[in-house]
Parts: sequence; C-alpha cells; structure tokens
Amino acid sequence: MCLSIPSKVVKIDKENEVATVDTMGVQREASLSLMSQEDIKIGDYVLLHIGFVMNKIDEAEALDSLEIYKEIIDAMNEEDRQMAILEADECPNRGE
Amino acid sequence: MNKTISLACGNGGEENNELISKVFYKAFKNEILEKSEDAAIIHNGKLAFSTDSFTVSPLFFAGADIGKLAVCGTCNDLAMMGAKPKYLTCSVIIEEGFATRELDKIVRSMKKELEINGAIVVSGDTKVVPRGSVDKIFINTSGIGEVIKKGISSNNISKDDIIIVNRDIGCHGAAIFVAREGIEMTSSLKSDCESLYPQVKALLDANIKITALRDATRGGVSAVLNEWASQSNICIEVEEESIPVSDEVKGICEMLGFEATALANEGTFVLAVKKEDADKAVEILKGFPSCLKATTIGKITDTHLKKVILKSSWGTSRFLDTPSGELLPRIC
Amino acid sequence: MGLELKNLYDDFRDGNTIKAYAKIIKEDAKKLKNQINIMEVCGGHTHTIMKYGLPQLLPSNIKFIHGPGCPVCIMPKERIDHAYVLSMVEDVILVTLGDMIKVPGSNGSLQDARSRGSDVRFVYSPLECLKIANENPTKKIIFFAIGFETTTPMTAALLDAVIKKDIKNIFFHINHVTVPEVMRELIDSRDEHVDSYNNKIDAFLGPSHVSVISGSKIYEEFPRDYNRLVVVSGFEPVDVMQAISMIVKQFIEGRCELEIEYKRLVTYDGNLKAQELIERYFDKRDLFKWRGLGNIPKSGLKLKPEFKEYDAEIIYKDILPIGEIEDHKLCICGDILRGMANPPECTIFGTACKPTSPIGSCMVSSEGACAAYYKYGNLR
Repeated sequence: MCLSIPSKVVKIDKENEVATVDTMGVQREASLSLMSQEDIKIGDYVLLHIGFVMNKIDEAEALDSLEIYKEIIDAMNEEDRQMAILEADECPNRGE
Repeated sequence: MNKTISLACGNGGEENNELISKVFYKAFKNEILEKSEDAAIIHNGKLAFSTDSFTVSPLFFAGADIGKLAVCGTCNDLAMMGAKPKYLTCSVIIEEGFATRELDKIVRSMKKELEINGAIVVSGDTKVVPRGSVDKIFINTSGIGEVIKKGISSNNISKDDIIIVNRDIGCHGAAIFVAREGIEMTSSLKSDCESLYPQVKALLDANIKITALRDATRGGVSAVLNEWASQSNICIEVEEESIPVSDEVKGICEMLGFEATALANEGTFVLAVKKEDADKAVEILKGFPSCLKATTIGKITDTHLKKVILKSSWGTSRFLDTPSGELLPRIC
Repeated sequence: MGLELKNLYDDFRDGNTIKAYAKIIKEDAKKLKNQINIMEVCGGHTHTIMKYGLPQLLPSNIKFIHGPGCPVCIMPKERIDHAYVLSMVEDVILVTLGDMIKVPGSNGSLQDARSRGSDVRFVYSPLECLKIANENPTKKIIFFAIGFETTTPMTAALLDAVIKKDIKNIFFHINHVTVPEVMRELIDSRDEHVDSYNNKIDAFLGPSHVSVISGSKIYEEFPRDYNRLVVVSGFEPVDVMQAISMIVKQFIEGRCELEIEYKRLVTYDGNLKAQELIERYFDKRDLFKWRGLGNIPKSGLKLKPEFKEYDAEIIYKDILPIGEIEDHKLCICGDILRGMANPPECTIFGTACKPTSPIGSCMVSSEGACAAYYKYGNLR
C-alpha cells in the first residue's frame, strides 16, 4: 500500500510550510505540514507521499544497511571462489 | 464490451484492442486490415498508407507540439513499413476562440517536420466547432509512402531475430504527464518526438536484414512486444536491465508508480533484425544524436508463446503484459 | 562514504544483494523444522514480491500469504456506491486518489459515473482539492478519502487547511482503515475459519509506510499476545529479502520478537506530529465493513462529531444508500484477503475476472494480489 518515494530536499519555503524535492531530476513541491519545521534542512533525504513529506530518511541507518549488503556480497563471492577451487580439486578428469 | 466507451478504450492497450476488434474489424474486415501493421501495404506492395488523429493536451510541451506530433506520427507509421513518406493530408477541427497565433505556430512546426521527411501536404480540410465540442484543436493526418523495402512485417518474427530498441524509452509519456495539470511537477525532460524515416533509411541503405519495425507510441514498448509476440506466435524474452531508461523518466515512474515500458513514445521504435546484423544495426542507430542508447534488449524463444517475459539479473522472470486501463498514477 | 539519492533506489534493488540473501535464506531454511508462512500485510509488499519474482528465489518451506493491506481492494461495494451517488449530485465534484476510480460498485465504477456525466477527478495529492475548490466556488468538492495509516494524516492535513483557511466548499467522505485491527482479526477471528488462521500465519512482514507514520509500537501485541513475530520491512526487494532472512533467523533461534528491518525510516514511535493530527480529527468507528472480510470492530475511522459540517456522510445522509450488498458468488477475494487462498485457486481468475473487467476488488488495484498474479505471472 501507499507508494512513497525517497527524494532530496532542494528548497524550503518556511512561510508556506512547503519544500521542493527532487527525485532523479524531477522536482515537485511537497507539504511540510506533517513535519516539525526544524527537522528538515536543504540536502536532507525525505520520503514523499501524495504531496507530503512523511518523514526524514536516517542517513546513518541507510549507510549501515548498505554496509551489511556489501559484507554479504563479499561473503557470497568468497564462498563461490572457495567452491570453485573445491570443485576444481574434486574434478575426476583433472589434468586431462 | 461495456455499454459506453471509456477513456481506457483509447489507451493503446487491452481495452483499445478489444474496441478495435469487436467494433471496427468486425465491420471493416478485409485481408489488408487484418494484418494489423503500422501502415497498410497496398497497390501490389508498392505503397504504404496510414492515418492518425492527434488530440494531445497540452498542445505545446517540452520537446514538441501537436503539429510536430501530427507529422511525425503518420510519417513514422509509414517508415515502420520500410516506406518513404511522400504525400500527407491534413485535416483540423478547431474550437471557436482558438488563437490564430497558436494555429500558425502549430502549422509552422508541421512544415518543418514535413521537410525532414521529404513529404508534402497535398489535401486538407478545416472545421470550426462551437466552444466545448473539442479540446482546442484536433488534427488528423493521413499519409502515403513509397515502399523502398518490401516484406517488413510484424507477422514473421522468428528465432533468427534479435530485438533492438533505438533509444531510451518513455520520454514522451513522462514529459506529457509532467506538463499535465494537477501533477505539478517540473523537470528538464523532453518528449522524444522525432521523425524516424532518416534512421530507417540509414538501416536500409546499409542492407540490414530487418524483419519488423514498430514505433512504440501509446501502450509503449510493452504493447509493441506483446503485439509482436501474438502476431508472430513467439515468446519474446527481454533482459530487464538492458532496456535503456533515463534517470528522469525513472524519477517520474517512481513518483507516479508507472512502468517506463508502458509509457508512450513518439520517436522510439522497436526493431526485429536478423541475428547476424544486430550489432551493425545498433552501431548505425548510434550514429544519430538521439540514439546513443540504442541497444539489443531481447531474443525470441518458444518458452511461453504469445507472451513477453522480463528476466532479472538475479535469475527471476515475470510476464510483461500489455498495459491496461487508463494510465493513472498509482498512489495506493 | 556519503549517501546519494541513487543509492536509496539502486542499492536496495541490487541483483547481487538479492542473490546473496537468497543464498543465506536457502542455507538457513535447511535448519527449519516446519514450513513457515509469512503474511505480507501490505499490498505494496505483494506488488514487490510478484514484480521482482521473489517466491522464485525462496526454498519450498517458506511461503508468502498475501494480506489485506490494499485500501482499494478492501473497499466494500457499499462505500463505492456512496461515492457513485455523491458524484451524481449536480453541483458536486468528487475527488479521489488513483485506482479508486476503477473499482466497480453495484451501479458501476466512478469511471463509469464519469462517462455518464458526473464530475469525478483523480488527484495526485489531496491538497489539489484546495485548488479545485478555489477554481469552482459554486461547486461542492467532496474528497473521497481512502487509505491506511500512511494516507490518513494527509486527509487530516487537508481538513486542517480547510478549517484554517475557512473554505466552505470542501467536504469529506472518510474511508480510512487501520492495520492492527485487521491483523488481529486474521489471527483471532471468532468465525468458523479460526483453526485455519491459527495454523496458517506464522509471521508477519510489517507494512513499510504505515509504520513510518504509526511507529513499530503498533505491532507489539503480536509477538507478545499472539505468538506471531513481526519484522517491519521496507518496500524494495532487498528490504524484503533481508526481512525474510530476519524472520527465518528468529525461527531458527526460537525467538518471537518485533524487529525493524526498515530502520532508515521506521522508529518505535513513528511520526508523532502526524499521529496528533489523526487524533485531532478522527474517531474510531465501532465497525467498518471490509470487502471479503466483513465487519471488523474499530478498524475504520470517521470524522469527530465536532467536524460534522465537513462530513459528506452526514450532510448527504438522506441520499446515501444503506443496506448490505453481497459479494459476487464466484469471487474468492474474501479468502484471498484472509490469506486462505491464492488467486489462481479462484475459478474466475483470468477468465471472467481480469484487470480490464474486474469482478473482485483484488483484481482492480495494481497492488491487489489477483492483479499482481495476472500481470506478472507466477513463474517458477
């Protein structure tokens, strides 16, 4: 449910409680009425839903996730490499 | 069929197909029409003949206007049959009160595009209707082209063919959505609206073995691939990651919940060419400034006949179906 | 390393990461004693799961059950008939979001109403109502509000703006629903299906954006009182794979906890300002009827009595149809929304019922389970 997408804040109009957000080169205004004003700064990543900023994206948490993903990919690649060596060792036709 | 015609019946997708087959084909049935090609091949295969009406809103948008569109649309349908666009008709229905200056702008833009195609307008018609009867201006163009390469048909695609797309997809549909009222977005995205005859000519001049061509207008690339799969009784397997999509089109798709493959294009076409010529065809296309992203996207198999399958880089696959319904932003 | 916007899209859809999780899950799943059935509550998850073909990557002892979390799919005909009738009132412009205009009621859909002359508009944002109201001062704008916790605060914000700006021609027909109540209903149902539910759902994949607003706190009761673990997950395929991996690990380690995978956006407390807005304007209904699921206590919202002058349901009480409508006899949307059946088990799936001519609601919204199966195929 509920399509909401990450966007970057590029402009803030404090008086009207409106931010301009950018999603890969497409810009749109988004209401800040669901956010506490001091929370949102230019350059922040936010989640946009039907014309509203619904929350700020926690960059540290996002980076932590990306770090975990990098580790599991490295582990998978290492395992695959080991497996390949093992298979080569067990290959009955080796040397032929 | 529904009792009344809904907007969805003009979407270039499933409802549209149903309307055409149950109403028009039923009444007009003949061998030429039933081939369902972009343009009819008539006069012993020597001529291609096509018609198209243009009702776009807004009339002027980033990258083109309704005039350029009206010439490109019909000329491209001719080019897709290996024909050189020659003679066009131009018929307009104008709402009273329409600004003459805007009409002039539209017609000038038509003239410019006719020159690119080397075609001329040889007959026309003008109607003015009371306010509210049409939305500002509707244009119909019909065109006749001279077939320079015979036998191009979307009914003969086989396992010997490779599927190619000439550029990044979805720009027109996305640009129009951005320009629409109520969406309130801005971007530097431009419609891909362009005459395709020069590209087709370059391919033919190089003797590329072309099986089929189709411009991916309403219904987008997914409609073209599904039509081909069905008309040639084949399965088309596409590597999803190989389909070129610009960042901005991706952004609009994210925002509105669209698939780029379902968005309309006006200067994007899909090619089925013989395997041995695929690389050469891509190279030729890349010689055009708008086609730097030209690439092969898929191949023909018999896994699921009459279906299109999208394959992911992580080993899963799914159907890519014909778009259906009115194109609405997906919100929930 | 700094974060780029592109990372937030591409890295959470990365093929290698998906493959790596598929491998981890496959290894871990060998240690499972029993099959585990994971209900993704939310239609957004159903969409991701089908679009990215995730079931094709999972071992046979991990199954998805598609849940009822699609606000379009669960809308009963009675409510759509309300919208239809309201749209037919002469000076009314009926405004709603996206797919809602396609869902058939007893007289047809809002799309049909439009082709019969009524003024129905879909908007990208509820705030568009302000503009429409301003441009049409002699018309009455009725916002047909739908959605779960995610979308409720936006309706509240619109009402807030209407009151502050003293706008006299915007009204609301409220159909907002809430997630915990329906989750509870699914595992704690008192009807004849009770055993099957208890046996079927082992774990919940918690909604992404509902939780952004409400916080993970709304799921605390499920591990505690119902012995059902919950992992709140993001909507990207990598998020879902990671969440599934977390669920499997809980089973292996014998834990039953509430965890958050979607930490970049979900906290325990959620968006408090949005919650306050909901509190200010809405009350819980005693009962709300869900398509296929029937009446669920406290699962729907309505405007508080002090805002009755904005409530289209009260203003137009005399013309709104009352009485219950039966669902189509052959349609099994109810069972699908309950997680009791999968779309291909329905006799009219893909034949009489298609996205172009939907009979059941699950075929209407692109997030409905039937539409997702029809569109993407269940290839394996």
